[in-house]
Amino acid sequence: MHISGKTTRRLFLASAVAVVTLLSACSGGGEKSAKSVEITNVSYDPTRELYQAVNPLFAAAWKAKTGQDITFKMSHGGSGKQSRAILDGLEADVATLALAYDIDAIAARGKLLPEDWQKALPDNSAPYTSTIVFLVRKGNPKGIKDWGDLVKPGVAVITPNPKTSGGARWNFLAAWAYGRKAGGSDAAAEAYVKRVFAQVPVLDSGARGSTTTFVERGIGDVLLTWENEAFLAEKELGKGKFEIVVPSISVLAEPPVAVIAANAKKHGTEAVAKAYLEFLYTPQAQAEIARNFYRPRDPDVAARFKDQFPTINLVTIDKDFGGWASAQKTYFDDGGVFDRIYSQK
Amino acid sequence: MSRTASTTEGRTSQALLIAAAMIFLAFFLLLPLVAVFTEAFKQGIGAFGQAVMHPDAWAAIRLTLLIAAISVPLNVVFGVAASWAITKFHFPGRHLLITFIDLPFSVSPVVSGLIFVLLFGAHGLLGPWLAEHDIKIIFAVPGIVLATVFITFPFVARELIPLMQEQGKDDEEAAISLGANGWQTFWHVTLPNIRWGLLYGVLLCNARAMGEFGAVSVVSGHIRGETNTMPLHVEILYNEYDFVGAFAVASLLAALALVTLIAKSILEWRFDLHHGGAVH
Repeated sequence: MHISGKTTRRLFLASAVAVVTLLSACSGGGEKSAKSVEITNVSYDPTRELYQAVNPLFAAAWKAKTGQDITFKMSHGGSGKQSRAILDGLEADVATLALAYDIDAIAARGKLLPEDWQKALPDNSAPYTSTIVFLVRKGNPKGIKDWGDLVKPGVAVITPNPKTSGGARWNFLAAWAYGRKAGGSDAAAEAYVKRVFAQVPVLDSGARGSTTTFVERGIGDVLLTWENEAFLAEKELGKGKFEIVVPSISVLAEPPVAVIAANAKKHGTEAVAKAYLEFLYTPQAQAEIARNFYRPRDPDVAARFKDQFPTINLVTIDKDFGGWASAQKTYFDDGGVFDRIYSQK
Repeated sequence: MSRTASTTEGRTSQALLIAAAMIFLAFFLLLPLVAVFTEAFKQGIGAFGQAVMHPDAWAAIRLTLLIAAISVPLNVVFGVAASWAITKFHFPGRHLLITFIDLPFSVSPVVSGLIFVLLFGAHGLLGPWLAEHDIKIIFAVPGIVLATVFITFPFVARELIPLMQEQGKDDEEAAISLGANGWQTFWHVTLPNIRWGLLYGVLLCNARAMGEFGAVSVVSGHIRGETNTMPLHVEILYNEYDFVGAFAVASLLAALALVTLIAKSILEWRFDLHHGGAVH
């Protein structure tokens, strides 16, 4: 009895030592010199590759200017989900989300940045734009040419959930714009969009989830997605397995960026965060943006890459949907049009 | 004659049952496991090493070990204390306590995560106070620890309660009557009796602490190199179409689980030996 008591004690002692060693080994990496600064960029799903490419460029420029090293902390997810996380206390220095409403929400409910944040940078604080296109399988077996073909019998449409995904809200509005143009009224648009969602077998929470569903799991005949995401899938994921179909009408998507002022102030990163976002407008960053399939704002860079981006008839959120605040309330808030359409499915 | 027939029949159905179990295991356990390792080493050991040694992957591994190293000892202390109290004493609310211990098993991990967001989030119950004192809980390591502790709460206690119930309190009463104090009784009598069961509980607790996804995903914030645990990192790499990386980290997680399983088998074997032998 006594011997086994000793064994037990030794066992416990050994595990205690192991835990302490582990703890000290783990906390060793936390030291930071005053010569370095850390920025947390909370972004939406498809920008992973973009910021992986742009961050080192800014780090080099900032180091040349100030001598400071920058460490970037990236977080990606559905735009609505990320906005929620910042509201709940995720301490982002900058937010680079899919649509203005998600940053509006942070300003209105969290008071973490001024309500007129969108005026802080040029072009509605959106350094790049994109639009919504279709991705279909090689040879376009279902013959999908435009929005009208989505509601043909037997066509499975893949789009994320507009409640959590910014891209999905752009998808929804682009479909709405088509329905309104084709049918001549909002009632016709609603009937059309309802038929589209009746053909959706799975609603992922973010754009990247939907791409994976379509590309990797092979579900669906057409993926409604960001132009940049469609290019990425077509050129890098399944070379020769997919085709991009450009519809007759789509929406001008402006993914905005903003310094989350309260967090930046707390971390002492106001200057570097502001410089980081301003850097996105420089020709150097704009070219990288275009190489990652986002439409650049800079006219010279846009001219250089003009063959890459097809011309599409684009509606805008401000002119055609009365701005994000109104569109969000009408279509996506609880009890809005999307709930009505989807609950009756 | 009839006896032989019945045994033969018994043997046939036994063989069939075993074969069915084996086929099931092969399809639902072995095959996925093999697939994980094949994918991980698809582009050679170099690519595997690169994926695992990437600073973000390395940070995820360290964080996962840290979380386990904090939450497992906490739950050992709690589990032993709770099962000791429940099995050796009768007090009002005993059954309520047992029910509470089971709570994390019955609540979905996502809900467990959201509980902490509601409590400690910027707009949560304690959020404003925490912000004032510059204490970060959710979207930081403490939140992940809390969520993991909550999720792994029942493992040690659930393992010990039946064991201690079965053992009764005769040994302890004998020790007390011979003049041992409470601490001596626990250290020299109770602990040696439960040690194998306790280690078994620790292993289960550890496996879950390292593998938890749902609750941790809610409170993590998914910041690379900072609040990304191994399971979260696997998802991120997968979403980035970095399949070798995703499966490399996944295979490491699987390897950790396998080590745990082997340790568990050894323990079970020793446990049986002691249980059957003359411990008392």
